[in-house]
Amino acid sequence: MMRFLLPLVAFIVLVVFLLIGLNLNPRQVPSPLIGKPAPDFQLQQLQDSDKTLTSKENLGKVWLLNVWASWCVSCREEHPLLVQLAKSGIVPVYGLNYKDERDLALQWLKQFGDPYTVSIRDPEGRTGIDYGVYGVPETYVIDKNGVIRYKQIGPVTVEALEKKILPLVKELQG
Amino acid sequence: MSLSSFLRSPISGCGQKSAGLQQNFFSLKKFTFLLALMLVLPSSWAREAAPVAEDPEIERRMLHLSEDLRCLVCQNESLAGSRADFANDLRREIREQMKDNKSDKEIIDFMVARYGDFVLYRPPVKPTTIVLWFGPFVFLAAGAILLFFYLKRRRRQIEDPALSDKQRQQAEALLKESKGNNA
Repeated sequence: MMRFLLPLVAFIVLVVFLLIGLNLNPRQVPSPLIGKPAPDFQLQQLQDSDKTLTSKENLGKVWLLNVWASWCVSCREEHPLLVQLAKSGIVPVYGLNYKDERDLALQWLKQFGDPYTVSIRDPEGRTGIDYGVYGVPETYVIDKNGVIRYKQIGPVTVEALEKKILPLVKELQG
Repeated sequence: MSLSSFLRSPISGCGQKSAGLQQNFFSLKKFTFLLALMLVLPSSWAREAAPVAEDPEIERRMLHLSEDLRCLVCQNESLAGSRADFANDLRREIREQMKDNKSDKEIIDFMVARYGDFVLYRPPVKPTTIVLWFGPFVFLAAGAILLFFYLKRRRRQIEDPALSDKQRQQAEALLKESKGNNA
């Protein structure tokens, strides 16, 4: 009896491990920045080149930082949702225009709508590196104390919005 | 990110130019002239391709360091080997920090602070990675112990059993019998 039971148990354990492994997404690298202060930046605004925005200006409110670019295809996927979210006025969405050209970015916003309270420009991707961006789109939830509380890797989906982002925003605002 | 930037990079256009060049090359006169030139010129004129960065020492250090860092876009490639735009940016970052006299450790800490341990091909030894580092040795030890006991048991099984007197007489009788048959 033991002769067959032992290999069977070992096999089942192995299968369970492999199944868990199959369901993990290697593209989703957990960010070490969660729970840490959002890196400082002072960047030129997209719409008004004369103005800058610093991360400190957003202290005291909960806000989203959405990393986007006109060359990014999956940004189009999430964009209607962001526009809707901005319209609802629940939480301000700021845009980090990542490694983009100004004209193209402005044209893109004209075409698809502009959900951003302010978009800032990171043409060389330096602020992106500070935030651990390794693909576009990515979205950060930042709390009143300027601490990163959540990072959405890839497009914002209805599911992510309803299950994670909005409840978190409410909790942080409350 | 890498894909779209890849698509943007203008690779096309080279083909057309080289076609025109080829026509020139194959006019025989020019070809023989070039051949003669190549044979005549001292080979010391040939030089290695100029290094991309101004400082070869920094380039060497950067490449060495980025061999051990993972490109998060093409995850099975190192930062040194990846052609992704993202890897390019991080290599630039490493170069700049080296110019600022940062040590290798400081640069690695910078990367880990932003991208986590996943960026390292050699994860550090800490509570969450103990199984990763020492698990294989535990399995090896367990296997060795199992093998030892299994072999010990097996040897006992295949040891020659001692014959009792009666069994010996029987065996001798059988042997004699077979000898008789053969003769």
